[in-house]
Amino acid sequence: MKFRIYRYNPDTDTAPYMQDFELSLEAGDAMLLDALMLLRQQDDSIGFRKSCREGVCGSDAMNINGRNGLACITALSSLKQPIEIRPLPGLPVIRDLIVDMTQFFKQYHSIKPYLVNNDPPPETERLQSPKDRLELDGLYECILCGCCSTSCPSFWWNPDKFVGPAGLLQAYRFIADTRDQDTAARLDNLEDPYRLFRCHTIMNCVDVCPKELNPTEAIGKIKDMMVKRAV
Amino acid sequence: MVNRILTGAHYGLRDWLVQRITAVVMAIYAVIVVVYLLMQPSFGYDTWAELFSGNVMRTFSMLFLLSLFYHAWIGVRDIVMDYVKPASIRLLIHVLVILALVVYTIWSVQILWGL
Repeated sequence: MKFRIYRYNPDTDTAPYMQDFELSLEAGDAMLLDALMLLRQQDDSIGFRKSCREGVCGSDAMNINGRNGLACITALSSLKQPIEIRPLPGLPVIRDLIVDMTQFFKQYHSIKPYLVNNDPPPETERLQSPKDRLELDGLYECILCGCCSTSCPSFWWNPDKFVGPAGLLQAYRFIADTRDQDTAARLDNLEDPYRLFRCHTIMNCVDVCPKELNPTEAIGKIKDMMVKRAV
Repeated sequence: MVNRILTGAHYGLRDWLVQRITAVVMAIYAVIVVVYLLMQPSFGYDTWAELFSGNVMRTFSMLFLLSLFYHAWIGVRDIVMDYVKPASIRLLIHVLVILALVVYTIWSVQILWGL
């Protein structure tokens, strides 16, 4: 199998370059991450992040044949060769496939990703009805891998001001939570031409999400709530 | 002035909503005009002149054009916000676009009412 991998080590390289690799391996059931692990036996300088190797931790997000995805759940058999692997677009490269996600997490933290409830804590947990709990499906599953935000042109142009699809999906996750009491402040926080309204419904986020979530729909629901509040 | 990331202008919803509403106005107008013209047995200067002779058509055409201008303002501003980084140049472009659209509005009135 043929691979082309983006290489860049800021300590020794003046510019990034693509390096070709070859691996004698039957695709079978193997995932791209398996191949990367084998390639690292050939060349132990290839830098990439990984942890759970089963699509739960979100560490090994990368750009695979031009499309963002998780290496650990992308089957080798589904990929056209040579398999071109690059770091997530739009974020500063630390080394090879490892990107600096500071900006991404800054945006995530800016939406207060935690429940705000000023009532005294009850003896047991704060309960929800099954119907209310259902609202959180399709929202809470996000693993913050960054595939969506780094495939979003609006996030490329304004990563410092636009919250991005991942952050906005999480913003709606807390707006939709019946136990949260901060809805008005959360909507105020997003009522801004940059923070929310940079979304132009391009829907790259929906296309690439490895967990098959729909940030565009969540963003639409936030807009709906703002309209309801304003009229 | 300190160099901070500045957000929180607290507008956005209105423009976004206005852009949707103006799109609907333009779509309805376009469909009506196209259907009307297709229903005419012959199509020439006379049909066109007759269509725009009444004040109702002129008023709705003006409404269509105002929708178009407002829609275009939000769209162009969005593009400028995405691609032009220095705030001073952004402001300059905004002013030029607004001035152009005001001129277009006056021009539209002149054309529609034959002033």
